[in-house]
Amino acid sequence: MNPPLHLWLIPLIPLAGATINGLIGKKASRQGVSAVALLASGAAFAMALWVALRFSSLTVVPHIEIFAHWIRSGGFNVDFAFYLDQLSLVMLLVVTGVGFLIHIYSVGYMWEDAGYYRFFTYLNLFMFFMLTLVLANNYLMMFIGWEGVGLASYLLIGFWFTKDSAASAGKKAFIVNRIGDFGFLIALFLLIQHFGSLNFQRVFEAVRPLSAETGSAGWLTATGILLMVGAAGKSAQIPLYVWLPDAMEGPTPVSALIHAATMVTAGVYMVSRSHMIFERAPMALTVVAIIGTLTAFFAATIGIAQTDIKKVLAYSTVSQLGYMFMACGVGAFSAGIFHLMTHAFFKGLLFLAAGSVIHGVGGEQDMRKMGGLRSYMPWTFVTMGIATLAIAGIPPLAGFWSKDEILWKAYSSSQGSWVFWLIGVITALITSFYMFRLMYMTFAGDYRGADEHELVVVGHAHGHDAHGLPHESPAVMLVPLIILAVLSLVGGLVGIGNRFEHFLAPVFEQSASLSAAAETSNAIAETGGHGKEWLLMGVSISIAFLGWYLAYLLYSKKPELPQKIADALGGLYATVVHKYYIDELYAAVFIKPLIDGSTRILWQGVDRKIIDAAVNDTADGARNVSDEVRHMQSGNLRSYAGWIAAGAAAVIAYMIWMWTKA
Amino acid sequence: MVPLSYYLALSGILFACGVAGFLIKRNIITIFLSIELMLNGVNLSFVAFAAHWHQLAGQIFVFFVMVVAAAESAVGLAIIIAVHRTRETLNVDQVNLLKL
Repeated sequence: MNPPLHLWLIPLIPLAGATINGLIGKKASRQGVSAVALLASGAAFAMALWVALRFSSLTVVPHIEIFAHWIRSGGFNVDFAFYLDQLSLVMLLVVTGVGFLIHIYSVGYMWEDAGYYRFFTYLNLFMFFMLTLVLANNYLMMFIGWEGVGLASYLLIGFWFTKDSAASAGKKAFIVNRIGDFGFLIALFLLIQHFGSLNFQRVFEAVRPLSAETGSAGWLTATGILLMVGAAGKSAQIPLYVWLPDAMEGPTPVSALIHAATMVTAGVYMVSRSHMIFERAPMALTVVAIIGTLTAFFAATIGIAQTDIKKVLAYSTVSQLGYMFMACGVGAFSAGIFHLMTHAFFKGLLFLAAGSVIHGVGGEQDMRKMGGLRSYMPWTFVTMGIATLAIAGIPPLAGFWSKDEILWKAYSSSQGSWVFWLIGVITALITSFYMFRLMYMTFAGDYRGADEHELVVVGHAHGHDAHGLPHESPAVMLVPLIILAVLSLVGGLVGIGNRFEHFLAPVFEQSASLSAAAETSNAIAETGGHGKEWLLMGVSISIAFLGWYLAYLLYSKKPELPQKIADALGGLYATVVHKYYIDELYAAVFIKPLIDGSTRILWQGVDRKIIDAAVNDTADGARNVSDEVRHMQSGNLRSYAGWIAAGAAAVIAYMIWMWTKA
Repeated sequence: MVPLSYYLALSGILFACGVAGFLIKRNIITIFLSIELMLNGVNLSFVAFAAHWHQLAGQIFVFFVMVVAAAESAVGLAIIIAVHRTRETLNVDQVNLLKL
């Protein structure tokens, strides 16, 4: 038996922090609020580290801790229970570690904001739900965390709710996520129908002996695709990715924590957690791979033409998440999780550095008004440069290892194909290009924002020096940047020699019937594969440098070129700038018919013409009758007497009539 | 022995006279007297039936009616005095403010 690890403390400490700050934070000082929030997230991180240290001494993995029964309904049981294996341990460390760093950063970033306590309440609440999600022992608890992080995301995107765009971005995120959640829920119902359980172990044990649905699509395939619908909502994949770029309306630390490092990777985690189901549904896996690959490519192309620094990073996030799904889709779940981890480091860092830039130039987000910031913000420049090298896939930084792993698996896996690899490599080129474009536009050349600087609309409530030149951010913001930069530098080294894969291997073990295919692909990899692996690695490295060179050429050496190219491309360029008009398409195809249908049929038709009409007509009828009848009440005593006499006479006449008839 | 139908006919005539007076006359006092006439028309039929069927219940009812009529005339006369004081008329056609 395993010694108790008190896993319940890890999510509950941030919940306690959120409760304290939410109840009394309004009256407390900023120092007090920061202390509570940092202690809560720091304690969760410390707990996670302690659990990680104790992990190797566990005799039984997965380690399960049951705290209470929740639902006991016939044979269907759900417990409040946590599930710790290698996969949830990795997620636990990433969420608490990156989360803690971003909490520290937020102290500096949000210091001037009027909603300081509210921000940290939401942030701690997010940590609680995210940790519930990754530690859950069954799909239902995972779903609680899943919905909870959606709520926290909504609250934080709409944090500056007085701004109309922020409020509607929050709504958009929530509603688009609901569509995905609907798929997730149906998948859960399917699992209950077929296994009578949502418990991970029981479901996986029940799935294990099933054979793969290779010939025709069965209900396993349906479950897999529905789970992917849920994942596509949460992890911003085609066709539900549209909410993530808008989510950049939230404060930048939120973009870093929720919309880059942790929450949006929940879909990847969920798909990986359900690998047992996906492995037996090759068609669902192919769907995952195709969606991932398309999203990676599609979002990257949009990223080329964005001018808002956070929007570039948002599309980059969508694109990188696409890589992770590509990995899952070819059955290389550990490569996906590896990229999830390194991505959390370098994308979290990129967002935090972008936040530092925005902070430094007084709230401006348009890269065309930046430039030359290298001399003003050396630390931000260096750390963001490291993150850019990492995401571009320059060895030996973190992104190189994970991205190369994914590309290699996309090519070599039995589920993979050279098409995935090719699109993946092209995407890598585009990634490298738009990231260095961002670097050159922001940090190189001369500062272009000086004159308009005073006119900048400070959407963020930090009204500090909205004048003067850009400046470096305070140490409390720089320290997390530096730590994340170190992680981006060395984080990929755990993947050397497939050590990361071996660590996760117990989670992603193949069942006997399926491992045969894996054996063959491994055999290919062993014999002719090594040379090919080096070749492909060389291709992806040179592609990364090519992207860098192109960005250098276009945005540093010949800054007039991009405009010329844009003019030459004409309509194509406009299409990319307008994000392929996807938002407009959705508005025309889904939103407008919905609003029109609701307005014309449900509101004007059903509500006003049927329901309101029924109520109003009843009232009108009663009033009209009364209007006529009330004239009988004339106040004239003798007319009343006359009515009484007439009535009595009528009753007597009736009785006599009845009597004579009988 | 006077047959029952005679009593009932007289009772009906008395009641009809009351109704007619109630409907035709405008003076409140007269209307009031008409009500008493109707009540006593009914009383007559009660006692006639009681005598005919040798049942005391009808006679008991008459006592009740008389008690109620006494109470009613006490209240009614008080209202008539109050009306006369405020409106200075006993014509019911001019006492018609209570209406919608």
